[in-house]
Amino acid sequence: MNAFHLLTELTVFVLAVFVGLEVISKVPATLHTPLMSATNAIHGIVLVGALLVAVVAEPKLGPVLSVLVVFLASLNVFGGYVVTQRMLAMFKPRQTPAQASAAATNGAKH
Amino acid sequence: MPEATAGSTGQLAIDFAYLVTGICFIMGLRYMNTPKTARLGNSVSIAGMAIALVATGFNLNWSTGWWIALIGLGAGAAVGIYAARAVKMTAMPQMVAIFNGAGGGAAAMVASAEFLKLNPSTEAVPLDLGITSVLTAIIGSISFTGSIIAYLKLQEVMTGRPIVYPGQQVVNALLALVSIAGIVLVALNIDTLPAFFAALVAAAILGVLFVLPIGGADMPVIISLLNSFTGLAAALTGFALGNNVLIISGALVGASGTLLTLMMGKAMNRSVTNVLFGAFGAVKTADAGAGPTSSTGGTVRESSVDDVATMLAYARQVIVVPGYGMAVAQAQHSVRELADQLEKKGVEVKYAIHPVAGRMPGHMNVLLAEANVPYPALYDMDDINPEFPRTDVALIIGANDVTNPDARNAPSSPIYGMPILDVDKAHQVVVLKRSMKPGFAGIDNPLYELPNTSMLFGDAKSSIDKLVGAVKTL
Repeated sequence: MNAFHLLTELTVFVLAVFVGLEVISKVPATLHTPLMSATNAIHGIVLVGALLVAVVAEPKLGPVLSVLVVFLASLNVFGGYVVTQRMLAMFKPRQTPAQASAAATNGAKH
Repeated sequence: MPEATAGSTGQLAIDFAYLVTGICFIMGLRYMNTPKTARLGNSVSIAGMAIALVATGFNLNWSTGWWIALIGLGAGAAVGIYAARAVKMTAMPQMVAIFNGAGGGAAAMVASAEFLKLNPSTEAVPLDLGITSVLTAIIGSISFTGSIIAYLKLQEVMTGRPIVYPGQQVVNALLALVSIAGIVLVALNIDTLPAFFAALVAAAILGVLFVLPIGGADMPVIISLLNSFTGLAAALTGFALGNNVLIISGALVGASGTLLTLMMGKAMNRSVTNVLFGAFGAVKTADAGAGPTSSTGGTVRESSVDDVATMLAYARQVIVVPGYGMAVAQAQHSVRELADQLEKKGVEVKYAIHPVAGRMPGHMNVLLAEANVPYPALYDMDDINPEFPRTDVALIIGANDVTNPDARNAPSSPIYGMPILDVDKAHQVVVLKRSMKPGFAGIDNPLYELPNTSMLFGDAKSSIDKLVGAVKTL
């Protein structure tokens, strides 16, 4: 890696931050908890890094810590996604006729 | 050997797969802009993760490391899925904290492995790799230990109140200094190996100590901040490994966490620095309630279940204002039942959600969604505030500081300037509260002494269950 390489990576990072801010700012407050847990699962991508340092011929961390790093990262990935899916499944629109008027106003928003 | 299977063409395919993963994550988050498409978004995100993991599989040395992957992945998946399925919705903040900490810890360990690969004890460490590794280790370990303390506080294994002691800031500053010194030494190639681990350990201790003085009501800020730290750590891991998918994903999470942190701070009218170093709610007791409205006599009107039931049943519009107390009492299902009964009688029921109600961003929304409250009935503060003047009853369930009119009226109040729900503008206010104990900020709430406020003391869940019964008979 050299300075040019570092600059390229920095470019990717900065652009991704801007994309992130743009996309996240459109998420309604209602979904902030699922959003947190979804982004939580996304940083579980560190599992890629964990596998790359642990599942090699001579892992630098030794066997025990190598298992631990893969464990922690996959706990993050699987737990994060399952809990997000569980939460999102609970968010339901209105259905009963008694609540139809409010549903109409909600529909108008979209 | 991986070198043989993943030649330059193979590596190109793997990098392309990582690009697809990045796109999946961005689209997944984009779909979270409405509750309708949010589940699809999460599925897209899962697909992206799966693609990245499969692609990574081609770069691994399975012949020697298969059992590490098997045990690590198997145990992580088993524990993660089990915990995610078993956790109660009220315990969601601590669950998120734990998963967050796991990610941070993993990032710190990956960085350590990368650093060790540079043979720091015998060889000069390249500047860029050295700095990114040590930075990852620092931020990752702050996030790891900080999240564990946040978990212990939220789970109430340790007190949710701020823990303060003399010299706290000095100790924290010294630890931060050790970490910074570690970065400098690694950059200058002086004793890099001990410097790296000194920085890592100092950061881990700092993670513990900086969350200790944070009180429960400030948790939404801290959880968001820790989330953004782990994101940043994952991105930095990407720099250390030269892996774009980690950089992109980490940047997305970092941006999200930072945005939420700022939003939560804004919703409390406090800077993030103030949250981190203010130890809000530590020692202040009723001494701060000397605002103009609270000196109006100091008597509160206690009401009965039957009176409140009548008031609610004959209202045209009722706004429910939930707070952390509703979560503690597990009252969300009873609240929904009460709303059902009221709607049967033609009462319109809405829910007013303050951004920092609860222990993490959006906490109340998830609890009410769990109780099958349809999301269009949940209103943000800015949307619902104009409604209070034409609302017959504001029903406050376990919320306190976010309804305190001193935030609007009393410049001497510690929460002055914090945006609040204008419940005092409703025709009638009913407050469900365990006792007259002040809220988290330790300040009196003059709302309780207003002439149009009635108090209903007792456990929120049992009070609401009684209200449901009383409304039914009307």
